Amino acid sequence: MKPAPFDYYAPATIEEACQLLSDAGGGATLVAGGQTLMPLLALRMSQPFVLVDLNGIKALKGISRQAGRTRIGPITRQNEAIADATLNAAQPLIVTAVKHVGHHQTRNRGTIGGSIALGEPAAELPATAVALGASVEVRSTRGTRQIKADELYFGPYATALEPDEMITAIDVPEWPSGTVSVFREIAQRPGDFALVGLTGAVTIDNGRITRAGIAWFGMGPTPIKARQAESALIGQEIAALDAKAIAELAIADTAPFDDLHATAEYRRTVGRRVFTRALSEALDLRAAA
Amino acid sequence: MSTHQIQLTINGRPQHATVEGRLTLSDFLRGDAGCTGVHVGCEHGVCGACTVMVDGNAVRSCLMLAVQADGCTVTTVEGLAAEDGTLHPVQQALRDEHGLQCGFCTPGIVMTLASLTAADNKAAPDKVMNALSGHICRCTGYQGIRRAARKLAGGAA
Repeated sequence: MKPAPFDYYAPATIEEACQLLSDAGGGATLVAGGQTLMPLLALRMSQPFVLVDLNGIKALKGISRQAGRTRIGPITRQNEAIADATLNAAQPLIVTAVKHVGHHQTRNRGTIGGSIALGEPAAELPATAVALGASVEVRSTRGTRQIKADELYFGPYATALEPDEMITAIDVPEWPSGTVSVFREIAQRPGDFALVGLTGAVTIDNGRITRAGIAWFGMGPTPIKARQAESALIGQEIAALDAKAIAELAIADTAPFDDLHATAEYRRTVGRRVFTRALSEALDLRAAA
Repeated sequence: MSTHQIQLTINGRPQHATVEGRLTLSDFLRGDAGCTGVHVGCEHGVCGACTVMVDGNAVRSCLMLAVQADGCTVTTVEGLAAEDGTLHPVQQALRDEHGLQCGFCTPGIVMTLASLTAADNKAAPDKVMNALSGHICRCTGYQGIRRAARKLAGGAA
């Protein structure tokens, strides 16, 4: 129950951090908030030779807006994000999602980028990044690249990030006015991982849906974009919308499994209901659920 | 395996130490700083018993490395009561409302409540009540804990 020995480094710049990752040849692990990594170290499920602590890199912190996009520094702490006026104005869905991550005490350390980089399939932030069409800026000594959130996740904790790469920013498009948030999480207790989770945004213009981005969490091996439901929603007149039928399409894209906490069938049943209600409430439909 | 010089303030006293990179803050506080009021339950961030304040914020000290607390101000349950033994308002409220049974989880709960109910920086009542979800009491004495928290937070949460 104690971490195995490692060499600890606290670089002050992104360049130094990338060099450490490169030099370690895959033997290094990054730590930001550590709220998932520290348990893995304590249980010795993770035994890196080198631990690179990102907390001293100022360039990885903070939230800014430019040209219709919000740029979130990956080591911005979850509770800092909740309190951030810029994020509340530009990305209300992200703020709602962050409030559901872990507990108050873990949000004081846990970071936005840490959660997105980990790729826990039942976590709120990876799915929200997928739903909103976010991308991550990734650096290594080999260069910089952008990865779209919906191309980032391969399986539970498996991402497109190479061992020598680190996330240096999360880039989220700002949705137009007339956008409403859709967010629901079913968990056994507050702070637990979701049994069923739904996150997304829908833009309404003149009684018609012009844009939709919706993703599930806890409903398969990765965050899952509800592509069929999104296509059905776009162009749809709200007055003629059948939320139940769209919920069926949304469920068709999921791949839930049985575990100790819930069966796949339970997740699909609850998911249908949650989707119908959440969409109806967001669009102010009557009597759909 | 690396070792590091750290300098931090624990319950108002400056402290220097040499620590291994892998040493958790909870083990440092208990073993090196003598703050055995920091209770280590699960050692992997689930139970909340080891919660302390780092720069005024409640955090799980088993989920932080000692080296990461370099330059920080740390408060443990030992740092709350007055010199003459007068209890901190959070400790008094838990005592008045029978908010502890075996007491193992109590120091962590005290630190969370102290961080959120400080006179100059008081959180909304529902935030205080919700923050209790970060603690497990295996005696299941939650009603007394909730009464104490409600009393401290004000308002009907």
